[in-house]
Amino acid sequence: MSTVLSRRAISLRRPAAPGVILAALVLAVLALAVVAPGLFTPIDPLAASASGSLQPPSSAHLFGTDQSGRDVFARVVYGARYSLAVGVGASAIALLAGLIIGVLSGLAHPAVDSVVNRAVTIAMSFPEFLLALVVIAIVGPGQLSLVVALSIAAAPAYARVARSQTFVVKRAGYVTSARSLGVSAPLIVLRHIVPNTLGPLAVMATIGVGTAIVSAAGLSFLGLGPAAPAPEWGVILSEGRNLLDRAPWITLFPGLVITVTVVSISVVGRYLQSRSTR
Amino acid sequence: MTLTPQHRGRRAAIAVVRALGGVIIAVWGAATVGFFALKAIPGDPVDVMLGVHAQVSESVKDQIREDWGLTEPLVVQYLSYLARLVRGDLGTSYQLREPVASVLTAQLPATLSLAGLAILIALVLSLTGALVIRRPWARSLASAAELVLVSSPTFWVGLMLITVFSFNLGWFPVAGSGDFRALVLPAVTLALPLTGIISQVLRQGLDAASGQPFVLTARARGLDHTQLITRHTLRHAAADSVTLTGYLVGSLVGGAVLIETVFGRAGIGRVALRAIIDRDLPVVLGVIVLGALTFAVINLLVDLAYTRLDPRQRLIEGTA
Repeated sequence: MSTVLSRRAISLRRPAAPGVILAALVLAVLALAVVAPGLFTPIDPLAASASGSLQPPSSAHLFGTDQSGRDVFARVVYGARYSLAVGVGASAIALLAGLIIGVLSGLAHPAVDSVVNRAVTIAMSFPEFLLALVVIAIVGPGQLSLVVALSIAAAPAYARVARSQTFVVKRAGYVTSARSLGVSAPLIVLRHIVPNTLGPLAVMATIGVGTAIVSAAGLSFLGLGPAAPAPEWGVILSEGRNLLDRAPWITLFPGLVITVTVVSISVVGRYLQSRSTR
Repeated sequence: MTLTPQHRGRRAAIAVVRALGGVIIAVWGAATVGFFALKAIPGDPVDVMLGVHAQVSESVKDQIREDWGLTEPLVVQYLSYLARLVRGDLGTSYQLREPVASVLTAQLPATLSLAGLAILIALVLSLTGALVIRRPWARSLASAAELVLVSSPTFWVGLMLITVFSFNLGWFPVAGSGDFRALVLPAVTLALPLTGIISQVLRQGLDAASGQPFVLTARARGLDHTQLITRHTLRHAAADSVTLTGYLVGSLVGGAVLIETVFGRAGIGRVALRAIIDRDLPVVLGVIVLGALTFAVINLLVDLAYTRLDPRQRLIEGTA
């Protein structure tokens, strides 16, 4: 992050590449699936039918059906809700926690700051998935644990950026002027430091949502996330795991959807990043 | 300033002591945080050992607690854990009733061979890519491929490889940890995201290095593209990639949990997952400690490799 990011920096001056527009469209469709899954399919994702089990993809069942005869397309569409909620929720909590830790650390006494910074550096040297696994080892499996674990795992990176951003802002001319005008310290933090730190963190969080979705799918595939009938993407993958020889579509499509989702998020995130740093 | 051999020897000795100190502190820190975090969670270890539905009287449970030293004050338990840790004793598994250290060492070869082969494949792929890919269209194709490799869930890629190469083509066994053929698909799966990350960093490093003065000098001496890369810029770029190693080792360990499950292989990852689900806390703590030890040692090696790879680092040290 080179300089302080103002909201104006993310203006729509340069035209976006076609790939970026496509990625944004994909994300818009996903958002629609979260808000109104019924628009995409009239089928209930939990409705089992003994006669229609393990049907290959067809016009009636776009992604085929699973062992209980449930429609895989409907499960994937309704699953967007779980996976995106975990991804967005974990990133938002991590952003908030990182912001608080980073800003306070950046303003604290150098001795406190150096201890916090050391801890953040150590935590950052672990990949998120591993850190999340350790947290789940401690708090136990479940949907909520997933969000907690992934946000704890991601928070150190946000704290690192928030801290360095705070260092830049606290020496800026307008902060010095505000202080000489007698503006109270908490007000300076809220009015100047937090808004100027949020920009870069928001860009990070965009890309972080993708990482969190992949990690969440992995953790629920291992049985550490939401319980089985839920149409969460990782759960669907684990259900299809033992049917690869007979019904590979149960596994193929949810994985493709995860990949397309995460690639789209990365493309949009990198685009925002390139805009905010130049 | 020139250094006498004695100076150099003393400096090396100090560096070794400092490095070992770093390793010890890392392991101690992980053991301490892990110990207290696991003690803080609700749940009775005795229920884990016996199963929640076991019909056992309170007095028998008390006896078990006594035997396992769970009635001692927390500080005493912590200190005796540390005392045993120093001797390489990681405690006893609640479920398996075996020493944690021997449970883990029994699984180590399987995980190490998987991780080792994966690193080898990833290095070969990304280095080949760095040498071969030069044209702009090839570069954008490569960066798109890297994005997909890094973005797709590794375990899903593994499941797809099983579908194609085991079920459809029958080239490799579906699951198991027997011979070398059983190792190929898991190692390739684990290597793919690593390849994505390494080649991204390597290419950025190569680009940055190509602007360095020594590149111009080398070109003036008449080196061609391949010679330039293999003799100079690759070494420069590798210094950046090597600092990533700690991170990569971590993703190997995390990836191993998923890959070992997908391919039904034995290994540390499987044991760790079983222990997490069964709440077998001594094993969980053992894995945390082993992980910290691995990380600390790898980081130490990385620091050493860094000074060897980039000659300028040695120069800075010499003048300091």
